[in-house]
Amino acid sequence: MNYSAYSIKGLRDGFKKRQFSSEWVVKDCLSDIKDNKLNAFITVCEKEALEKAKEADKKIKDGVDLPLLGIPISIKDIYLTKGIRTTAASKVLDNYIPQYSATVVEKLEDAGAIIIGKTNCDAWAHGSSGENSDYGSTENPYLEGYVPGGSSSGSAVSVADNMCFASMGTDTGGSIRLPASFCNVVGLKPTYGRVSRYGIIAMASSLDSIGHFTRYVEESALILSITAGRDMNDATTTNEKVDDYESYLRKDIKGVKIGLPKEYFTEGLDRKIKEGIEKEVKSLEKRGAKIEIISLPNTKHANACYYIIQPAEVSSNLGRYDGIRYGNGRDLFGEEAKRRIMLGTYVLSSGYYDAYYKKAMQARTLIKKDFDDAFKEVDVIITPVSPTLPWKLGEKTSDPLAMYLSDIYTVTANLAGIPGLSVPIGLIDDLPVGMQILGPHFSEGRLFQVGQAVEDSGL
Amino acid sequence: MKINVKHVAKLANLPLSDEEEKKFEKQLSEILTYIEQLNSVDTKNVEITSQITGLENISRDDKTSPSLPQDEALFNTKSIHNGMFKVKKVL
Repeated sequence: MNYSAYSIKGLRDGFKKRQFSSEWVVKDCLSDIKDNKLNAFITVCEKEALEKAKEADKKIKDGVDLPLLGIPISIKDIYLTKGIRTTAASKVLDNYIPQYSATVVEKLEDAGAIIIGKTNCDAWAHGSSGENSDYGSTENPYLEGYVPGGSSSGSAVSVADNMCFASMGTDTGGSIRLPASFCNVVGLKPTYGRVSRYGIIAMASSLDSIGHFTRYVEESALILSITAGRDMNDATTTNEKVDDYESYLRKDIKGVKIGLPKEYFTEGLDRKIKEGIEKEVKSLEKRGAKIEIISLPNTKHANACYYIIQPAEVSSNLGRYDGIRYGNGRDLFGEEAKRRIMLGTYVLSSGYYDAYYKKAMQARTLIKKDFDDAFKEVDVIITPVSPTLPWKLGEKTSDPLAMYLSDIYTVTANLAGIPGLSVPIGLIDDLPVGMQILGPHFSEGRLFQVGQAVEDSGL
Repeated sequence: MKINVKHVAKLANLPLSDEEEKKFEKQLSEILTYIEQLNSVDTKNVEITSQITGLENISRDDKTSPSLPQDEALFNTKSIHNGMFKVKKVL
């Protein structure tokens, strides 16, 4: 029996009606992982997952009702999982076994989820293609020889290729939205501070956002309602009320004001992607949304700003890996991590701080102000996720700057701290394409509302 | 922009091979040239943004809680002496 056609809701119904058990579903996922050749996982938790499935089945029998009870999910191998090896896809942490779990991992387990494995990614979450892993590249499930997008590559692939029903990732400059777009799944980057970062290996602390991949928008809302909220172990999480996200899914989009920033639809954008987005926007307009062309004038500076702030914070965060308390020595950092440590150390070094890091933090203020001004006029902003379709494995690996430029439409949300949802809009030349919906701080509910409308468009 | 790779690697405590030094010098110079486009942005009198949602002075409740027991804290290290981490001489 294959359960991949079921949604999370469908699985829960099936469990309740005793049509099948969590153990059967978990076994099915484990066998799919074994047969899969895309290298989506670094560690598969076969024994633990089967034990948890049996426990879940017992709870279901006893009438326990939890939102993810018995549902297999995967976790990017950058989240600490107590007793389960956590590598960040780097040989520096090849033998690292965490003594505690990330807050989000605990929340998901408390909600009944079963962790089926730890997914492959670009080492330390550095990359846009999934090729920077010390455990080998992950491949796109749609077309052989193409990248799945990164850095949360294995997470996107594990959901897209039906090896689990949801996956946790991290997004510092697009690392959830880009692979979601390249793999035809829904990817959410929540507002900075909406979801706790505690126990997740830090990349760039002022930008890191903790989000997830699902197959449907409603499942994205369900997962956020579990992961969001204040955590005393992460001082950047806020007291802001956690919305009833699922209530937005049934709101129609009549009167919703959608902005299209002209700077995101210029010559660098693939013509077919542009046409695909225009079609979706037309469909939203037909259903009552109001479309407005807007301007975010500082967009052109965003990537340069990001590639100062991010490596600066990376160099500081990776300073703790000394090979003494855990892990191996610094000689085992891969090429991309070394590049970012070097770049970050340089821009923070004596005499250069004002010219680079401080300047970038000022530019960040301008980029945020662009969005603040825009959201006075519109409710959400729609943009492409990537300027191009997924590219071939190896195509950009020798040119780091070309790789960095694939992030131009996603880094702005991290700099401004706003939430972004990537929703699939179909295939172009056999490769998936996603569309990005951005909103003001803590407007995730509104993003799900528009995302659901896109999912329902039937285009 | 010219970058002194040897010096920066020393600051970063990062062992690099001769080949890596050469490769990084070229790549990092290209990246620096790209990010220096930021110089054209007028940031006079613009405040910096370091905490994007504007939180200030967040502190936890003043309560103690258990920390990791010694054996767990030492679980991942290969460098132990009398129940403590053994490190290289600093001074």
